[in-house]
Amino acid sequence: MTGAGFRSLVGGTAVGDLLRLTEPLSLWGGLEPETGLIIDRNHPQLGQNVTGLIVAMPHGRGSSSSSSVLAEALRLGTGPAGFVLESPDSILVIGSLVAKLLYGSVCPIMCGVLPDGSTGPWKIDHNHVAPLSGP
Amino acid sequence: MLRGEASEAARLAMELVVAVGESEDAPGLLDISAAHIDGGLYHGQAGLDFALRLLDGGGRVLVPTTLNVSSLDLLHPELYRGDEETASAARRLMDAYVDMGCTPSWTCAPYQLAQRPGLGDQIAWGESNAIVFANSVLGARTARYGDFLDICCALTGRAPNVGLHTDEGRWATLRVDLRVTDALLDDDLLYPVLGHLLGQIAGTEVAVLVGLDHRADQDRLKALGAAAASSGAVAMFHVVGVTPEAATAEEATGGLAPQRIVVIDVDDLTRARAALNQGEGPLGAVSVGTPHFSVRELALLSEMVEGRSTRVPFYVNTSRDALSQAEASGSMAGIESFGATIVTDTCTYITPIMEDVEGVVMTNSAKWAFYAPGNLGVDVVFAGLDACVASAVSGELVMGEGW
Repeated sequence: MTGAGFRSLVGGTAVGDLLRLTEPLSLWGGLEPETGLIIDRNHPQLGQNVTGLIVAMPHGRGSSSSSSVLAEALRLGTGPAGFVLESPDSILVIGSLVAKLLYGSVCPIMCGVLPDGSTGPWKIDHNHVAPLSGP
Repeated sequence: MLRGEASEAARLAMELVVAVGESEDAPGLLDISAAHIDGGLYHGQAGLDFALRLLDGGGRVLVPTTLNVSSLDLLHPELYRGDEETASAARRLMDAYVDMGCTPSWTCAPYQLAQRPGLGDQIAWGESNAIVFANSVLGARTARYGDFLDICCALTGRAPNVGLHTDEGRWATLRVDLRVTDALLDDDLLYPVLGHLLGQIAGTEVAVLVGLDHRADQDRLKALGAAAASSGAVAMFHVVGVTPEAATAEEATGGLAPQRIVVIDVDDLTRARAALNQGEGPLGAVSVGTPHFSVRELALLSEMVEGRSTRVPFYVNTSRDALSQAEASGSMAGIESFGATIVTDTCTYITPIMEDVEGVVMTNSAKWAFYAPGNLGVDVVFAGLDACVASAVSGELVMGEGW
């Protein structure tokens, strides 16, 4: 379960507890950059804070403004440590790349499917995704 | 361009376009003929920092480029109720994009402008509802361009050649069979509700809808697409016999069997419609025109409100272009005497315009119903335009008929 089949969309390393979103989240309208809180009232993880976590979700959703919201959250230090997406999402990719360009923020994005039941601290290290305590 | 013979901004933009292309496994880039930029809406310092970086680096768009809604209504500045600091930053952001050569169209419905792309045109559009309309209804080809990437494509005239830009990327993998009564196809409300449901079912997939007909006109497809792009990540759908790449279901799927077939019936639609209503209580306000009302929708509203007046704040979002056409054709006088507040260049769910609302807000937009509760902290009731007008006139919730 160390991340075979994962592909790096945005490079970098990150460590953080895993937050698995059971539904995709539109960051615009769904994440408050000032706090890192999920504010989409329809979202099952409403009220959770993404700051410093590795956020896993099936794919992106909704607004094309989500790039701006991600970059703003990363500027403010409220953004996630990284993402694991089941399918590529250029809206999140460009948000992460621009935050790196402007502020040196690192928010790697990996593409792949995590094993069922994954939880606890995980690490993204370039082309690898693995539990921190794992093999 | 990567080597720097163009401006610093163009070099930077090309680096980003290439990096995104690589993340998508694109085999290369293609030329685009137009762009629509969503980056002019202020979400904080990061967006402004990026725009100024490009502007200061000599950035100029290489293709005709329209601008999406911003945070300010420049035609009606008195409507803005936010703080001055944000307004000032939002204005600087708008100016930066205009200074890079973008057209100050300030609309989320660029497909309602006279100059719009056509079948097969390769474009780079931001704004989720515009993206889905361009692909589905116009047959133009755009991926889902987020803020920043849209202007990078405009500054370079290039985009990754992948996904919806390619023939195969446009084939439907999901078929949705609609089983409803013929009469329901005449109901405006069907379309946003169907879109809301489609987004939940399709996610990122391209779907082909079977069971609609010519009554699915452009305004109705606009409502359908906007809802689907909000509840899901839908960037394209086909409607057999209606949209330009779906003369038959087989054409829409590229001759392949769909990977999934889903049936939607009246019960499904009734549940989806109910899920869009988050509250009851006194009527506080009405907001219509998300996406921006077309000239035809303004004319329709004008007929509905003739000789009546609203008892609650009634907001109509539209573009400056549609507004000037509707003024010329005489549609606006009646809407104004009805007591409606006209909002241009922006929208009531993205910027502080609505007065403090006591009670629920009624809307005919599934997209507004989806985002406004989180953005504005209001409870929303979703209904047809006729029910919105009837409620505004009586000052109390008047719901339309059930299905």
